[in-house]
Amino acid sequence: MTQTPFTPRQLITRLAVIALVPLLLIVLFLWGGGWLSPQRLTSDKLVGVLQQAGGEHPGFRRNHAKGICVIGRFISNGNASALSRASVFAPGETPVTGRFAIAGGNPSAPDYAVPVRSLALAFQLANGEQWRSGMNAMPFFPVSTVEQFYELQVASLPDPATGKPNPEKFKAFVQKNPEIMPFLAWAKQNVPSSSWASDRFNSLNAFRFIDKSGASHLVRWSVVPHTAYQPIGAAQKNDNDFLQKDIQQRLAQGPLQWDLLITVAGKGDDGSRASQVWPADRQTINAGTLELSQAIAQQQGPCNDINYDPLILPDGIAASDDPLLNARSAAYAKSYNARTREQTAQTGAH
Amino acid sequence: MKQVAYFHPALRVLHWLMAAAIIAMLFIGVLMVSTISSLHSLLVSIHKPLGMMILVLVIVRLWLRFYTATPALPASLPAWQRAMAHLSHWALYAMMLAQPLIGWAMLSAAGYPVSLGSGFVLPPILPVNNDWYAILRPLHSVVALALFITVMLHLAAALLHALILRDGVFESMSGTRKR
Repeated sequence: MTQTPFTPRQLITRLAVIALVPLLLIVLFLWGGGWLSPQRLTSDKLVGVLQQAGGEHPGFRRNHAKGICVIGRFISNGNASALSRASVFAPGETPVTGRFAIAGGNPSAPDYAVPVRSLALAFQLANGEQWRSGMNAMPFFPVSTVEQFYELQVASLPDPATGKPNPEKFKAFVQKNPEIMPFLAWAKQNVPSSSWASDRFNSLNAFRFIDKSGASHLVRWSVVPHTAYQPIGAAQKNDNDFLQKDIQQRLAQGPLQWDLLITVAGKGDDGSRASQVWPADRQTINAGTLELSQAIAQQQGPCNDINYDPLILPDGIAASDDPLLNARSAAYAKSYNARTREQTAQTGAH
Repeated sequence: MKQVAYFHPALRVLHWLMAAAIIAMLFIGVLMVSTISSLHSLLVSIHKPLGMMILVLVIVRLWLRFYTATPALPASLPAWQRAMAHLSHWALYAMMLAQPLIGWAMLSAAGYPVSLGSGFVLPPILPVNNDWYAILRPLHSVVALALFITVMLHLAAALLHALILRDGVFESMSGTRKR
């Protein structure tokens, strides 16, 4: 070879470049994965604290662990198609796989002891798109940021000494986050209903509907029951599984209906805080009827392997700037990955 | 086959385009699963179409790789280094091809819609199956890490050829003047 040899200095510089370029990329990669910043709040931490609160129940969801699958359909009347170009809002029917649940990570918690109930829905659109929504039977969310949600879970963890949450820690959280007061007031006066069938479930988070012209409309949605409210009965307060038995009995007799109501934000309404309701006079659109017709136990049911990630949205529905949405999406995926692995390990062990 | 000093220009373009895409993809992947910020949904929405683009490009690239003349490694290279070079190149091709397919299959097994944006959804390539998902999801992470490590070794070796050995190996892909 006729190349000029390197001076020692040149050689060292060149070797340093060869080592430093990949090294820099490796450090960036580790930083991206959160491995260099253990203080950062990640989806792993969120799932971790929920697991700590609910106890270890391999194969189950880390939150809203106790539930039942339902199937049915959504019959759209076309009213919402002016606001969203999603095909689910054109007049017609869309099959739905849903899941009623109660909050918390314990899959055998008594139904009467849990104030928060949920309904998750997966709409299967004809073109292969899906609309998944996890809704709760409460009027607004306790907090509005992911950090607050995490701190609230930590403050509510059972004290290892007493086995109960430490009231001092909870009080300190409330003092630091007075935003939660309206939720505590609601929880105090709320008398649970006798049935999931008579509960109103709310998206809580705001979303954006995109219409055919590409214009965006800030919305929230709710499913409003046709079944009349009845307060929880005395016998139900002694039955761990009254919600599941009730819904199975009702559906054995015939389908149950809810109206899908879209609430459209007014000028200046904030979509980034799930803890704040919009004024009651906002325009609402009845988009059609949700009809649930059959309940199936969740272990073998069609909802069990569905991750009700609220950011699985069809064209025509998009996320708002509510920070909870991204956190829910990231954390649900972690929970889903963990429980599917555990389920496979369990069935493999038989 | 005729002796050439450079890879076919189309292969060189594909190589650098895919290099950028794959490195971006690895960073997007590792960041999107850990972050809870608004980056999460943005990155997920890029990850799927970009992965499909890589799948299409790698198929074109493999076809070109088989049907065009490739420059031989210099005779000055020891046998073990030639073996390592060939092994790592075929490992890279295998992973570039497998990783998007694993991603597609894993989303299919979980029943997730494989949305590429604007309402366009790819059909599933596996039926919804929890056991498949439980295998494919961790596999997607393992292959990503293996790919990242191999790409870093490939990069270090390329820089070694460019800056120290100056034997024309780097230029055969960069297309710049040899020596």
